[in-house]
Formats: sequence, C-alpha cells, structure tokens
Amino acid sequence: MKKISILDRILLLITGLLAAYQIAVGIDGTGTLAMSAYTVSFGVLLVAGLLLIILGFDILDSPLVVIISTIIPLSLSLGLVYEYLPSWGNIYTIFVIIGFLLVIYSRYKMTSKLAFIPIALVHGVSGMIIFLLPIIYSIQGKTPNEFVWVGIGGALIGVGGLLLTFLKSGKPILSKDTILTVLPALLLLMTAAFVFGFATA
Amino acid sequence: MNKIKSKFRLYWPLIKSLQTALLMVTGLAGYMSARCPVTTRPTMLGLALSLFLTISGSTILNMWYDRDIDAKMARTAKRPLPSGKIDPTEALRFGLIISIIGVAIAVAMDALYGLIIFGGLFIDVVIYTIWLKRKTAWSIVWGGISGGMPILAGRALGIGTIDWIGIALMFAILFWIPTHILTFSMRYREDYKNAGVPTFPSTYGDNFTRNTIAISSILAAIIIGLAAYGIGTDWGFLRLMAVLSGGLLTLAIASIIKPSETVNFGLFKYASLYMLSAMILLMF
Repeated sequence: MKKISILDRILLLITGLLAAYQIAVGIDGTGTLAMSAYTVSFGVLLVAGLLLIILGFDILDSPLVVIISTIIPLSLSLGLVYEYLPSWGNIYTIFVIIGFLLVIYSRYKMTSKLAFIPIALVHGVSGMIIFLLPIIYSIQGKTPNEFVWVGIGGALIGVGGLLLTFLKSGKPILSKDTILTVLPALLLLMTAAFVFGFATA
Repeated sequence: MNKIKSKFRLYWPLIKSLQTALLMVTGLAGYMSARCPVTTRPTMLGLALSLFLTISGSTILNMWYDRDIDAKMARTAKRPLPSGKIDPTEALRFGLIISIIGVAIAVAMDALYGLIIFGGLFIDVVIYTIWLKRKTAWSIVWGGISGGMPILAGRALGIGTIDWIGIALMFAILFWIPTHILTFSMRYREDYKNAGVPTFPSTYGDNFTRNTIAISSILAAIIIGLAAYGIGTDWGFLRLMAVLSGGLLTLAIASIIKPSETVNFGLFKYASLYMLSAMILLMF
C-alpha cells in the first residue's frame, strides 16, 4: 500500500478546509432540506479527508469505504433535486433511501458480482443528476453560467467513484498506487469545483 | 548563549508543548466566547502568558513527581527527568517558580480568574498526580476537571462571573478527556502495567473502556453543542460543529462494534483535532 505523503496530506487538508467553509457559509437562499443534504455530503468529505490525513491510505481497505463513498453523491444529488426539481423530491428521497440500504445490504450479503448492481445503479443515477442538472440549468439560463462547475465536480466525483469501486471490486482500471496518487488531487479539484459552483448558485 | 540553548532544549519536552498549546487555546476560546469587546491586546497577552506559565509549570511539577514511574515506561523513559539529563531539584524549583508567576499574573488580572487558574493547578498537581493517579483509574476525572479549568477561567475573565456556559464548557472538556486519555492508555497498556499505574483497560477491561469512551464522546459533543448555542455561535459554525461531532461519534461507535488498533489510534488523533476545531469555532 502506498504511504501517504506530505503533499497528499496538504491536498487533503485543503479539501477538508474547503468542505468546512462550504458547511459554515451555507448556500444563499437554499431551503432547509437541500441545505441539510448538502451538509451531509460536505460533512462526509470533511471527516473522510481528516481520517485519511490521520490514518493514511490503509483506511481505504475497510469495507465501509464503498458505503461511505456512496453517501457523498447520494446526498449531493438529493440536495440538487430538492432545490431545482422539488416535484421529484419525494420520489428521489425514496430512491436514495432504498438505494443506500441496498448498497449496505450488498456489501455484507451479496456475492461480489451481484453487489456491483446496486452500486452501479446508485452511483449512476446520482452521478448523472450531479453532472447533468447544473449543466442543463446553466445552458437554459435558469442558473448563472458558473453553476456548471457543480456539474464538473459531478464528473470528477464520478471518476473518483469509478476508480474506487473498481479497485474495491478487485478489477482496478488503474493500478492501486496510481489511484492513490491521484486521489487527493481529485478530491481537492472536486470539492473546489463544488464550492465555486455553489457560490454562484 | 549555548548553555541557555541547551537548557531550553532540555526543558522544552517537560512542558508537553502540544498539550499546553491545546489547553491555552481552550482558555482563549473561553475568553473570546464572552463576545463583548474584551479582546484587547494587553488582556489577551496577559491571558496567554498566565495560561502558558501555569499550564507549563503544572506539567513540569507532574513530570518531576512522576519521574520514577516514567523511568519504568518505554514511552517516557527517555524524558529528561527519568533519564537523568535534568537535576530533579532544579526542575522542581523551575516548575514552582513559573507556576507562581503564572498564578500571580492571573490574580493581578482578575481575582476570580486567578482563583480558577490556581484551582486548576492545585487539582492537577496535588489531587490528580500526587494523591490519586497511582491509586485509582478514576483519577482521570480529576485530570479532566483540571483540564476544564482554563476554559472556565477564560470565560470567567471575559464576563466577570461564572455562568452556566462556563460550567458547560468545563464539562465538555471533562467528557472529552476520557476519549483522549483512555484511547492512549489502551495503546500503551503494557507501559502503564509496568509502572503500576491503574487504568480503565487494566481495571475494568477493554469493553467497559470502549463503552466509556463512546458515552463520554456523546456527552462531550452534546454539551459543547449546547454551550455553543448558548454563546450564540453562528448557525453555519453550529452546523460545522455538528458534522465534526458526527465524525467523533462514528469513530467512538466503530471502536465498540469493530475494535482495532487503527480505529483506536484514529479516535485518539481525531479527538484532539475535534477539540481544537471546536475551540476555534467558539472563538468566532
């Protein structure tokens, strides 16, 4: 397992600080439900970043990583749906709850081949919402152009999620060391894109 | 000049700089939580100086008294006192002098503030270290109370009296201490056993210790949240504090459900980071 370097720690610390900033300042005009969902998302990013700094990359061996890394796109997409597609709020909340429970169940009760299905479904749907919704809304002029950065963050979170999921499933797209080398920078870029995008929302 | 430098190098480890800094930050947070225009430069300097001298002094006095048991523990055997690099009488004199100066500055600033600072010093050195540390694992309660004194003192200096928020902040530190000390005593259980110091893991076992850590973490998070609300901390900071508390609780619960050295170490480190972050949030 690659040892965490000083640079990795610095990148993760900046990621944590950006996430903490977003939680503290909130997003202007956002409803309570959406803000709560965003807080969960950035909160998981913050705590995960701190734990990576403290414990190093060894922590990624835990089976909980897949579950925890699911919370980020699920809660972020839920916040976006509450805020921009309120009529879909209840249906998507049910999807999020069932999807999350299925991911937990799949980790402990399903074979690795079957376990991949709920993870792909949950990440796929939530990832598409985070990626497409801000881009479509920006193009339609319903949000400022800079809101497209949230979509870019969504694309990055998708890349990170895919890398980690394939790694955990034993069929890594890139070598483990390469994934661990790019992960801190990827997390930082993703968080920075979200923070910048939400600042304009 | 070289002699002063070498003395400084020998004495610096005696004050446990990180622990002293963290306790100073709690004192500053207690003071700044008063929210009135109290953050004048001379008062802030006096506060920082009195806290630094008193906390450092009490740490040196503790090290002086504990030098025999420190010599029996691998983790502490190389410290300047047990390894014989510093003369014990010299360390005792130095510890007493800076403690007295620290308390004197505190009393000169404000009688109530000085009294609480002296109380913290007395509880830490006399009740915790000299009287109870070698007799009972529950001595950490007194260690916790003395650890809560800087924040109570800072708050009292800021508002001129002792209020429920100051007491709550003190209890928050008191309940945070087990998360910090008990995870530490689990990590170095053999050291403490060799030195004959009773600890929770050696007296009550690991399960009881982990449950104690989890319960005290929950209580610390709730109390610090209540105190922050009472102070009038901004909603955004309260949200951030809730997130950080969530991380602490998750680790504490993980240490019960799936205990391991990794989770234990993570909890120990995270607890320090949590307290530092919470104190910074209380300041603003």
